Amino acid sequence: MNLDAKIPAGNLADKWDKHRFESKLVNPANKRKYTVLVVGSGLAGGSAAASLAELGYNVTCLCIQDSPRRAHSIAAQGGINAAKNYQNDGDSVSRLFYDTIKGGDFRSREANVYRLAQVSNNIIDQCAAQGIPFAREYGGQLANRSFGGAQVSRTFYARGQTGQQLLLGAYSSLSRQIKLGKVTMIPRREMLDLVVEDGHARGVISRNLVTGEIERHAAHAVVLATGGYGNVFYLSTNAMASNVTAAFRAYKRGACFANPCYVQIHPTCIPVHGDYQSKLTLMSESLRNDGRVWVPKHRGDSRSPEQIPEAERDYYLENKYPSFGNLVPRDVASRNAKIQCDLGKGVGETGLAVYLDFAEAIQRDGQETIMRKYGNLFQMYEKITDRDPITSPMTIYPAVHYTMGGLWVDYNLMSNIPGLFVLGEANFSDHGANRLGASALMQGLADGYFVLPSTIATYLGQCSFDPVTATGEGFAEADDAAKKRLDKLIGLNGKRTVDDFHKELGRLLWDNCGMARNAEGLQRALAKIPELREEFWQNGLVSGTPNEFNQTLEKAGRVADFLEFGELMVRDALDRKESCGCHLREESQTDEHEALRNDAEYSYVSAWQYQGGKSPVLHKEPLSFENVELASRSYK
Amino acid sequence: MSSAITIDLILKIWRQQNIHARGALQTYTLNDISTDMSFLEMLDVLNDQLVLAGYDPVAFDHDCREGICGMCGAVVNGQPHGPETETTLCQLHMRHFKTGDTLVIEPFRARAFKLVKDLVVDRSAFDTIIQAGGYVSVNTGGAQDANSLPVSQKNAEEAMDAAACIGCGACVAACPNAAAMLFVSGKISQFALLPQGHPERRERALNMVKAMDEEGFGNCTNERECEVSCPKGLSIRNIARLNREFLKAAISLP
Repeated sequence: MNLDAKIPAGNLADKWDKHRFESKLVNPANKRKYTVLVVGSGLAGGSAAASLAELGYNVTCLCIQDSPRRAHSIAAQGGINAAKNYQNDGDSVSRLFYDTIKGGDFRSREANVYRLAQVSNNIIDQCAAQGIPFAREYGGQLANRSFGGAQVSRTFYARGQTGQQLLLGAYSSLSRQIKLGKVTMIPRREMLDLVVEDGHARGVISRNLVTGEIERHAAHAVVLATGGYGNVFYLSTNAMASNVTAAFRAYKRGACFANPCYVQIHPTCIPVHGDYQSKLTLMSESLRNDGRVWVPKHRGDSRSPEQIPEAERDYYLENKYPSFGNLVPRDVASRNAKIQCDLGKGVGETGLAVYLDFAEAIQRDGQETIMRKYGNLFQMYEKITDRDPITSPMTIYPAVHYTMGGLWVDYNLMSNIPGLFVLGEANFSDHGANRLGASALMQGLADGYFVLPSTIATYLGQCSFDPVTATGEGFAEADDAAKKRLDKLIGLNGKRTVDDFHKELGRLLWDNCGMARNAEGLQRALAKIPELREEFWQNGLVSGTPNEFNQTLEKAGRVADFLEFGELMVRDALDRKESCGCHLREESQTDEHEALRNDAEYSYVSAWQYQGGKSPVLHKEPLSFENVELASRSYK
Repeated sequence: MSSAITIDLILKIWRQQNIHARGALQTYTLNDISTDMSFLEMLDVLNDQLVLAGYDPVAFDHDCREGICGMCGAVVNGQPHGPETETTLCQLHMRHFKTGDTLVIEPFRARAFKLVKDLVVDRSAFDTIIQAGGYVSVNTGGAQDANSLPVSQKNAEEAMDAAACIGCGACVAACPNAAAMLFVSGKISQFALLPQGHPERRERALNMVKAMDEEGFGNCTNERECEVSCPKGLSIRNIARLNREFLKAAISLP
């Protein structure tokens, strides 16, 4: 198979403009003859559905929650990047482009990332016009703050709720189009399969989560904006309903899955505190500006932190990385926390935590100053843990946060299945092997507001005006397969709950396919996952019936897909024998035990193609860099 | 370190198969609950036990479990989202209860919120109200430079206070009239405080209030229960602003 990324020729800065000029248009009168199905209503899906409807297309939008306003984009805290240069501090489209591609450790496409930087400014204009209450300076201008991986102040924000406000902005635009009758909004639906007929995406099969009814939705084009797969690890900062099913079903229908092993692990989360724990909560990494990270020098030291004298503490980040200290990038901070805990020096009830200590900062700057900076975070921490970071150090541990991998798409955001477009975290396109802070919101909205509405016309322009129907063989087959699978799931009457399997899978991946990996551990996971999957189908337990509101059944379907997808992740990780972005491949490190990227052999996108019962086939899309020089990272 | 202690509870939970079935409170005893658990994790433990014993688990809505999506919510001993102020059910921890406590757990009840199953209700009436006018009519692409429209910091902050609503419905469940005034007033206030909202403020106030009435929500009689139960601390000053906006719109010529 030839994966053509369809990158336009010409200068980097002119590609997007040139591409739009050379692309087909759909006459305004003809747009109403086309139906587009959008699955997902987060920043990417919500903005796409609203913008396509504004253009005149008929849009059907499915979402898994009870309202499109609840998609997990809502939980993003920090902000959204844009190259506005409002601060006059030397920012530009080129600089945002460079920071993003370098942050991604040179594993993303130049053309995609440059376009992202170009439309970033339009996003801020659009969101301000929607009435999003961005933070303002006294003079009424928009305020900015700094974020990791950048030396300019380019992050726009609405307190610690930027994701919420941007999502509610997209939701308001979507609501307007629903009222106008251009969007048919169908909440509480889960996509169970993609329908492909004559090689083109024609629609999806969904389950009504209230009645259990299996439904068919036909369209001229299908847009997946179904988020990331971080919940494959069971514990992550993702919402409970976040899953891989929609993307994985598309993969099983022929769409290539790109870079599934690229997972971002955030260093400052509240640690796990018990088996019953259902999710992890992120604490902003800004805390590392003033907090000092340490563990006891001696393993198994169970004294409370106040009782451990200065000489018996190991400030391991400061010692190992004197120039960056506690402010090393996310991946380095995460990896080193795991190393200390693996050495038996972890703290807290589970031994899976390190201290983040503000005592020195409080002594230096005073409690009032520290509270002004971090008061809301301290309160959030205390609410969850019942401990006050003023009197005792915080405990933190890394957690799965974002997945850079996703369905493979070309420059038009179309997958290798014609008519199937993929947006936001669900695609792989813009973040390479590591995403910078405040870039997820930017990408979701860029895809939905500005990229897809342009690029989808090229595809739709070739489609016939005939109304779509859901009566073809592809629909019948997918509908039947979905029902049979549900029957199989509901028939599971064993002894282990679905969550129990999910937890075991998550633990397996966390240990072997997390921040640090090696061939031996990956091989172990590759052998173990099929066994676990086999046991799931033999000994899993699902209650109730398929024809009702049944949350156990929903979960079972998602976990069944995670049990297959986890294997794909491990295969991808095995192939990539280099350290890059968020992960350290233990066989590929410098003499000083730092990550060693291998540009000569691994400068490619891994795109995996499903082969039925056989092992998937790996296609490599080479990455070429004409405008940036590949630099290696050092934080010593 | 926090003291990882465990407590034993008696739960009385509203069980109802669907809107057509009869519902009732059912009693469960749940032992050895860690006080570090969140309320929803406590329900997870109960559900695991129910599934393993061959019973139907308790249906409840939840998603982000960090207090921002607005999906979760139940009435605990008469209080929406339970006893802690400015806390969603998912952020309520079991350390606020003690061993031997009886917890009565019911869905958010209102005429406009039809019951789906157990603790799950249909809050799509909120979406209908937003569709009636909770937006600025601006198409993608035509926006002016973001800094061309200055907004005073004070107004931006107040608009943010009003926009913090997560649409959970606790205000409706708390109100003796099942009014949605706090919810509606949050959106109305956000746009009344920002210049972007001004061209449509008249239609917005009239249309959103009309939709609110049509969906079957009650009226405000200044009980202030909504403000107390709101997990995001929305003030009823927003309701006063909504009343002003509505009155101005209703008596002005179109």
